[in-house]
Amino acid sequence: MLNPVAAIGRAVLSACREVGALVLFALEALSHLLRPPFYARQFLRHLAEIAYFSLPVVALTAIFTGMVLALQSYTGFVRFNAEGAVANVVVLSITRELGPVIASLMVAGRIGASFAAEIGTMRVTDQIDALTTLSTNPMKYLVTPRLLAGVIALPFLVAVADILGVMGGWLIGTTKLGFNSAGYLKATLDFLEVIDVVSGLVKAAVFGFVITLMGCWCGYYSKGGAQGVGAATTMAVVSSSILILALDYVLTEMFFAQ
Amino acid sequence: MDTKAHVDGVPKIRLRGLSKAFGDKKVLDGVDLDIRAGHGMVILGGSGSGKSVTIKCILGLIQPDAGTIEIDGRDVLAMGRREREELNDRIGMLFQNGALFDSLPVWENVCFKLLAQKRITRGAARDKAAEVLAQVGLAASVGDLSPAELSGGMQKRVGLARAIAAQPDIIFFDEPTTGLDPIMGAVIDGLIVDVVKRLGATAVSITHDMASARRIGDDAAMIHRGKIVWTGAAAALGNTGNPLVDQFARGEREGPIQMELRR
Ligand SMILES: Nc1ncnc2c1ncn2[C@@H]1O[C@H](COP(=O)(O)OP(=O)(O)OP(=O)(O)O)[C@@H](O)[C@H]1O
Ligand SMILES: [Mg+2]
Repeated sequence: MLNPVAAIGRAVLSACREVGALVLFALEALSHLLRPPFYARQFLRHLAEIAYFSLPVVALTAIFTGMVLALQSYTGFVRFNAEGAVANVVVLSITRELGPVIASLMVAGRIGASFAAEIGTMRVTDQIDALTTLSTNPMKYLVTPRLLAGVIALPFLVAVADILGVMGGWLIGTTKLGFNSAGYLKATLDFLEVIDVVSGLVKAAVFGFVITLMGCWCGYYSKGGAQGVGAATTMAVVSSSILILALDYVLTEMFFAQ
Repeated sequence: MDTKAHVDGVPKIRLRGLSKAFGDKKVLDGVDLDIRAGHGMVILGGSGSGKSVTIKCILGLIQPDAGTIEIDGRDVLAMGRREREELNDRIGMLFQNGALFDSLPVWENVCFKLLAQKRITRGAARDKAAEVLAQVGLAASVGDLSPAELSGGMQKRVGLARAIAAQPDIIFFDEPTTGLDPIMGAVIDGLIVDVVKRLGATAVSITHDMASARRIGDDAAMIHRGKIVWTGAAAALGNTGNPLVDQFARGEREGPIQMELRR
């Protein structure tokens, strides 16, 4: 017990067990994508919940992010007499980085929490057991449609965030910083490459998977009544937020050469 | 004794040495029980004695630590997933707390299994739900409500409707009449008896209500300290000669069972 090496070993082992269980959970959920029945109704419900009902939150944060970005980069570039680069910096930062990350963090708060709470409540009130007795596989019914909806909805949300973020920058650029409207948009488009947008959308799909997976996983194994569901909800949001930022680095590294 | 069961000799459900511990708390400690086909079995026992756990083990929702479970003579613990799912198709369950799906309206709850098995279209499901709801004494209009809008007793009855809607072969009722008024309790008891008679189903019920136990049970078994301590005819409850069972059935404070602090 006092041996620190043993304590570290135990911690590492239990972390490995946890990660292994999570991977198995994800693989089982994905395996149901290939085997009928398919729960289209569930999928559409979650797609609407993620894509449509997150739109206001994502739109607002994207616009403000674009606005701030334009202001801040202008403040910096003006010192090097490089104000002309504001449009380029805004569009690059938004599409490659801030669009995917900020939209995903917002969705993690909304959807990760709501999935963990809903599935967690179903767990502690025996509803998941009830599914099994009603000829329905709970993984297939609860988890698989949510994962699929997340992977599809997030790139859509991020595309919206990209456009609105750039518009936010344009708004400040033209109204406050004295850019010419057509010139600003031309600079934005001329500089943009396909890979900038694509890498952002790929990130979004990965983050969508992470958010929905952590929400489902934390809810599915929650126990201990309302308190346990609360803990699962917190866990889902915290772990998916951290994973988003960590994976963001990994993915950026992968796209770096491009 | 029913002749058919005599002839087959195979009980519908046979438990042998069923054991389950949660952490270091032993809940089941070698449960042996035979449940006859086409009969009503009532399981009695103090609160927290492991009745619900026993049923969940049979349903495959809890993995026992040791022991065997046979249904129709087949070892269910050794079954593959597909086989287990096919078996579950023929089993119904009323959970102690109802366990209704609160994201779905009542009618979809009631017909959930029929819809899952594609035995009914969504269009026909409402009418079917109304029909089954009527059997448990609920109006068709209840079908459009959400479970959260129902009283506790109504939720119980919807849970009951959901358990019997697919006409299962084996039905488990975890405290079917708890939380119902006495008249509705008697109606539900009648319904359970009817399901056994009409469908030829095997009903396994947990109840704390002795009047109800005599009505719905042909056989009864009592679980105490993780073991089955008595089995016999449900009609004899109250004067079985077994001091444990008699004290329990009569609800007496004095007797071999002392209230103990449960862990
Ligand atoms: N999932 C679980 N994890 C840990 N302990 C459990 C779990 N399920 C049941 N138990 C414990 O097992 C014991 C038996 O529980 P069970 O629900 O079977 O009681 P019961 O006989 O149905 O009681 P009641 O009549 O009050 O419903 C209890 O002490 C309970 O704390
Ligand atoms: Mg119970």
